[in-house]
Amino acid sequence: MSVQTEHGDALAIRMRGIVKTFGGVVANRDASLDVARGEIHALVGENGAGKSTLMRVLAGLYAPDGGTMQVNGRDVTGWKTPDAIAAGVGMVHQHFMLVPTLTVAENVVLGREPTKGWRVDTARAIAEVTALSRKCGLVVDATAKVADLSVGEAQRVEILKALYRGAKVLILDEPTAVLSPPEVQDLWTVLRTLKADGGTVVLITHKLDEVIAVSDTITVMRAGLTISRFPTAGTTPRDIARAMVGRDVALHLDAAPRVPAVVSAPRGPVALSVSNLSVISDRGTSAVDRLSFTLNPGEILGIAGVEGNGQTELLEAIAGLRRAKSGHVQLGPTALDGLSVRERADCGLSHIPEDRHRRGLILEYSIADNLILGQQHRYSRRGGLDTDRIARHAAAQIERFDIRPGIASLAARALSGGNQQKIVIAREMGRDFSVLLAAQPTRGVDVGAIEFIHAQLRGARDAGKGILLVSADLPEVLALSDRIAVMYGGRFVTILPAAECSAELLGSFMTGAAA
Amino acid sequence: MSAKPNVEMKSTAEARVLTRAMPRSDGGFLGGVLPPLVALAIAAVVGDLLILTFGEAPSTVFRLLVEGTWGNAYGIGQVLYKTTTLTCTGLAFALAGRAGLFNVGAEGQLAAGGFGAAMMGLVLPAGTPAFLAVPVCLLAAMVVGAGVGAVPGALRAKFGASEVIVTIMLNFVVLALLNWLVSAKLRVPETLHTALIGAGLVPRLSDSFAMFRGSAANWTILFAVAAALVSWWYLFRTLSGYELRAVGLQPDAAEYGGVRVPRVLFVTMCLSGALAGLGGMNFVLGYKGYYEEGFAGGAGFLGIAVALVGRSHPLGILAAALLFATLSQGGLAVNAIVPKQLTDILTAVVILAVATAVPEVQQQLRAAAANVTAAFYRDARQGVQHREGAES
Repeated sequence: MSVQTEHGDALAIRMRGIVKTFGGVVANRDASLDVARGEIHALVGENGAGKSTLMRVLAGLYAPDGGTMQVNGRDVTGWKTPDAIAAGVGMVHQHFMLVPTLTVAENVVLGREPTKGWRVDTARAIAEVTALSRKCGLVVDATAKVADLSVGEAQRVEILKALYRGAKVLILDEPTAVLSPPEVQDLWTVLRTLKADGGTVVLITHKLDEVIAVSDTITVMRAGLTISRFPTAGTTPRDIARAMVGRDVALHLDAAPRVPAVVSAPRGPVALSVSNLSVISDRGTSAVDRLSFTLNPGEILGIAGVEGNGQTELLEAIAGLRRAKSGHVQLGPTALDGLSVRERADCGLSHIPEDRHRRGLILEYSIADNLILGQQHRYSRRGGLDTDRIARHAAAQIERFDIRPGIASLAARALSGGNQQKIVIAREMGRDFSVLLAAQPTRGVDVGAIEFIHAQLRGARDAGKGILLVSADLPEVLALSDRIAVMYGGRFVTILPAAECSAELLGSFMTGAAA
Repeated sequence: MSAKPNVEMKSTAEARVLTRAMPRSDGGFLGGVLPPLVALAIAAVVGDLLILTFGEAPSTVFRLLVEGTWGNAYGIGQVLYKTTTLTCTGLAFALAGRAGLFNVGAEGQLAAGGFGAAMMGLVLPAGTPAFLAVPVCLLAAMVVGAGVGAVPGALRAKFGASEVIVTIMLNFVVLALLNWLVSAKLRVPETLHTALIGAGLVPRLSDSFAMFRGSAANWTILFAVAAALVSWWYLFRTLSGYELRAVGLQPDAAEYGGVRVPRVLFVTMCLSGALAGLGGMNFVLGYKGYYEEGFAGGAGFLGIAVALVGRSHPLGILAAALLFATLSQGGLAVNAIVPKQLTDILTAVVILAVATAVPEVQQQLRAAAANVTAAFYRDARQGVQHREGAES
């Protein structure tokens, strides 16, 4: 604990015992945060640790279910966004909230337009925004249309917007996720300028090098709790990584019954080989960067990493859902480049997608109809669906994968998360395949189903299938994998035999702290 | 068919999804039919109030409405005639809607289909036997309708252009083009229609049943009913229908399931146009025997309401088409004591009530709006990406 906490006056933000739940999901439980006036404070933690929620409570977007908060010594518990803005607390969100067809100046002054009579004084708006941007070092052309800006510039506009409204406390939610390295450096300069002007900055991030580079104080969150708070000076990335991921790994899962021979034995043909693969993200940035690896039959290759480091794009590119910019993918003896999703599936590629509600299931479709998704062309005769075979297939899979309730005509939407996921598992693993792409196979699934799914994955591995496992759940990756790759910034930072890995070691690779 | 979700809910996220879905997945037959019936009841009440403001007794007016439509063979014939066109345009909208497309272009597709049928009928030598000429003309109507539907379909599939905007605009283009063709090249002097068609005319009901004398009812209605049955089979019993509905419900999941989404969108718009085009036969070959400017008269747009009230189900559409045809014909029947626009207002109230009461209709409308917005934002974002590409 630093000295400032003793003097309430010196604190810009003081949050105590914040509780915030969504339905039954607890996002914050007893979270506390002290931020001194005029400092850059880093709020770090894994995805889902509750960082964004805590900051949204502070910015007035959510009302807390419990706890108190003070800004500059004034009790502001449960205030609303306009109150927060009036008190000089501004938040820059992960996803920008700008009007693309308006100019930078128009976006910045929106809602507080300088007027001349009943008209907006455009000239004054431009002059004011230009002056402000020059003062803070936020270089951006005030007359440019937002639609024409790069992501980095759009973010500067967001910051300008907050400052124009008189923000003294600026909250930035993972600001660097969308920025290129030079843009990140520019952002640090801006933040330091703000600090020099007496502003306070709270920075949400999970990149440790950034924390070290720019912050004065660090608060670590884990599972909705604020775990520890310490000054940045004298702290190493490893210390922070330990605080972030340090948890009882062995409690979650039994150790995998590994077959050591399978891991080390050299094999002839590989199940899947990826060479020099580059993929572009939806934002147009590089998501997968000249990645090469091979997957052996009878092996689970786990990919650990903070989400958003290219895992999604990698699997989509292999499955044929996203076009690769360059590079090759080969499944056994077959080159997959240029093949459609269906052709790849017919070659023996199975895919458990990361989001079953968006991709993996058609929620309005019955269990039976969902069980043939991707294979529907095999269940038709001269254009008509072979309903008898679909029904028989459904009955068999429901039995084999224990999908409950076992009513084939029930809409997938009516099932619990675990049973929905079992439909996906049954469909992708209940047919002939040689390679399985398994993305977050147990996300949002109850304990019983997790066990079942893990057993299925291990069974397939032992039957000689190659499995590429992507999971945000480190214990899961550790428990299932034969080899573990850590993905960061679109590349594999390392590939290690699972036996040599620990959560702490992976954690430091994941955050880019170790290299 | 979906059934009642009676499973224990494991996580709250699921629970939330479930609760939101309840009104829809709680369906069954009753759940599907109830909202339109409620809408009808609301329309009746509004109608009562309106009639009272005209100083008439609602019972008198409604009796007149029923007698003028279902009370005699002529009325029934007129209702059946109107039902035919509305079924076709309703099916056109519904088929597209099932694929997540919002086809506002049925009006133009209907007119074009009628024009295609007329041209084929004029080209064929007079006296070509009906068993040959009618199918050929039917094909012509559907192909021309499909051609008009293909334009927004291709633009959507290839460039992501919003089919809402393209179909609206294309209506003007198609109708203006047809009007020009007819008035400049094809019309009989002093009229707005083409010469009488010599081949492919569809016999009227009155040719077989004398009681329908004077009504426009003709055997095209059989084609419309067949179209409804085939649409049902196509949607729910074929591979293409499985993929079409998948695209409409969850395009990302369809893509994941190996469905070539753009191709489905294109094919569906063509089929939708063909269904609307089929409706053009009713007036041209079944009723008048010539193509006349402006014969569509809003039946294409009313098809949207038919599909919404019929809940995008081919059999529901048949029922909804009957309802709207009855209201339309009933307007003429009550015109003697209250303005016939009364039934237009009732039609509007039914549509509004259904749009408010049925979640999937709301969803469909919202999706159409989102579609337009998305097209707009994509253009904006492409600007960003273009710029970034230039920088790197």
